[in-house]
Amino acid sequence: MNLQFIADGLIMGALIGLGAIGVTLTYSILRFANFAHGEFLAWGTYFTLLLTAAIGALVGGSGTLGALSFGWPVILAGVIAALLTGLVALALDRILFARLRQRGNAIVMVMASFGASMALRSLLEFLFTSEPKYFSRDIQIALPLGLGIRLTPDQLFLLLLTVILVVAMERFMTKSPIGRAMRAVSENPVLARVAGVDVDRVIRATWMIGAALACAAGVMLGITVQVRPFMGFDLLLPLFAAAILGGIGSVPGAVLGGLIVGIAEAAAVQVVGADYRAAIAFLILIAVLLIRPAGIFGVRE
Amino acid sequence: MLDILAYAAFFLVTALTYGIICLGLNVQWGQTGLFNVGVAGFVAIGAYTSALLTTPDAAGRFGGFGLPVWLGWIAAPLVAGAAAALIGAITLRLRADYLAITTFGIAIAIQLVALNAETLTGGPFGIGFIPRAFAGLEDQPVIFNLANLLLVGLVTALLYYGLERLTRSPWGRVLRAIREDETAAQSLGKNANLFRIQAFALGSAIMGLGGAIGAHFIGFIAPENYVSAMTFQVWAMLIIGGSGNNKGALLGAVLVWGLWSASGALLAAFVPAEYQARAAALQIVFIGVALAALLVFRPRGLLGEEKIVSRFLKD
Repeated sequence: MNLQFIADGLIMGALIGLGAIGVTLTYSILRFANFAHGEFLAWGTYFTLLLTAAIGALVGGSGTLGALSFGWPVILAGVIAALLTGLVALALDRILFARLRQRGNAIVMVMASFGASMALRSLLEFLFTSEPKYFSRDIQIALPLGLGIRLTPDQLFLLLLTVILVVAMERFMTKSPIGRAMRAVSENPVLARVAGVDVDRVIRATWMIGAALACAAGVMLGITVQVRPFMGFDLLLPLFAAAILGGIGSVPGAVLGGLIVGIAEAAAVQVVGADYRAAIAFLILIAVLLIRPAGIFGVRE
Repeated sequence: MLDILAYAAFFLVTALTYGIICLGLNVQWGQTGLFNVGVAGFVAIGAYTSALLTTPDAAGRFGGFGLPVWLGWIAAPLVAGAAAALIGAITLRLRADYLAITTFGIAIAIQLVALNAETLTGGPFGIGFIPRAFAGLEDQPVIFNLANLLLVGLVTALLYYGLERLTRSPWGRVLRAIREDETAAQSLGKNANLFRIQAFALGSAIMGLGGAIGAHFIGFIAPENYVSAMTFQVWAMLIIGGSGNNKGALLGAVLVWGLWSASGALLAAFVPAEYQARAAALQIVFIGVALAALLVFRPRGLLGEEKIVSRFLKD
């Protein structure tokens, strides 16, 4: 049996995990399932694509780093794009979610996010058409890693980047004051406010972090596969499945959930073929809801 | 003149089909507060069920049982309702948004089956030759469309009457009680979960009926008809018309479908062919913005929720 599918699943799982961190944070801190989260992935990727082109035009040349298919322009563009995606999320919160939050009906916020997702995605389609775009069309030689597994330099870089981001996120949530404030609001918003936590600041931080990680996940998907307006929307179900499987509110849970969903999808492709790949996340979701609705690291409410 | 009449009838039949689906959504959202993101999935179940039962035997595809149309119209809501009851039993006991996520998932799963299970659904090419009501009149479009309008209008009217009765019944009051204050309803001995499953199944069954009616009117179905954009349109219809109000659901359906068709016709007439796909995307942007703006500025829609106490208490 060829074990390559594990490596492929790992890459997909890593980026699903990164995206699911944002879903799980918005869900536990802002208390609603954000259907527009997939659009942050897509918007972040298109921002990166545009900025890369702009940097290339300004500085000239689009050198590559070592064996990678991309160079520092993509990395710099990705960092700026992560900020821009965070601003999009903040703007969306300001004009839409903040107003609905005051009314205190969580399900109306879900519905609003559904409308926002449709509008944001179609806006991308309007601006860039549904034609797929690519960061690079070069073909990379995959390096053999033993056991019949091969990874391209890009994929290795992205796995490493995910590990760094996840470790940094975990330390941020446990050590930094704002990370601790975020966990406090997620536990009990009223008590956190009484204890002097600036809830508005926590909400802003949640949007920025979730959107920036979504941008990172989107760029990873863009580099390893392609860039399409629907790229985030198509990943939304795996994101939700990963967040719920890991336990709502748990950052390590979201990443672990992402890896499980990614590898399960890759394994299923081996067994039933690629046609039903997208249904795997749905099956995992149903299984979790039936067996352990609180997820792996979740607490029963 | 006759062309316009034929088109008006055609338009109204399609709008009323959406109206029926919208009435189903109103049972779920308007009366019970259940957020279903998989409307298109349940409509598809109804459409495919009825198509499989009523089409003539087809080579290379399961079914084609050649049964009469009215049987398809009965089977479609039953199958869609049963699927919804199953989903509801799994998710409705959990957090409210889990239903949203699960129904989103089931719509994707159904779309995949429609696309890939070619021996069952015909794959991406869909199913054609679905028998139409009054098929004998097809060569006279005006009479054919008017006859269909009469039939669909009759079904809509019956459904509307039935749902109005149901809304005012003790059952309907329990649904609203659960929506407003679940703890209070439970303390009165109402099994909130069971009522939610019933309401969810009933609403989805009505969506399935809408799917079957649409399929038999057009005579052809394909997976691309049942994507998330449809779910989104139906939601816009209900919110614009006024959720919690059956008249609002029908009004919203006719209004939104009218705006959608008119803007589509304008785009086709004035936008050059190479920009049509882009312009169509803009259409969805506008509906998305309108839906969000309505939720913020006028959540009750045009008509708002009807105040219903009891049929014995007039105001």
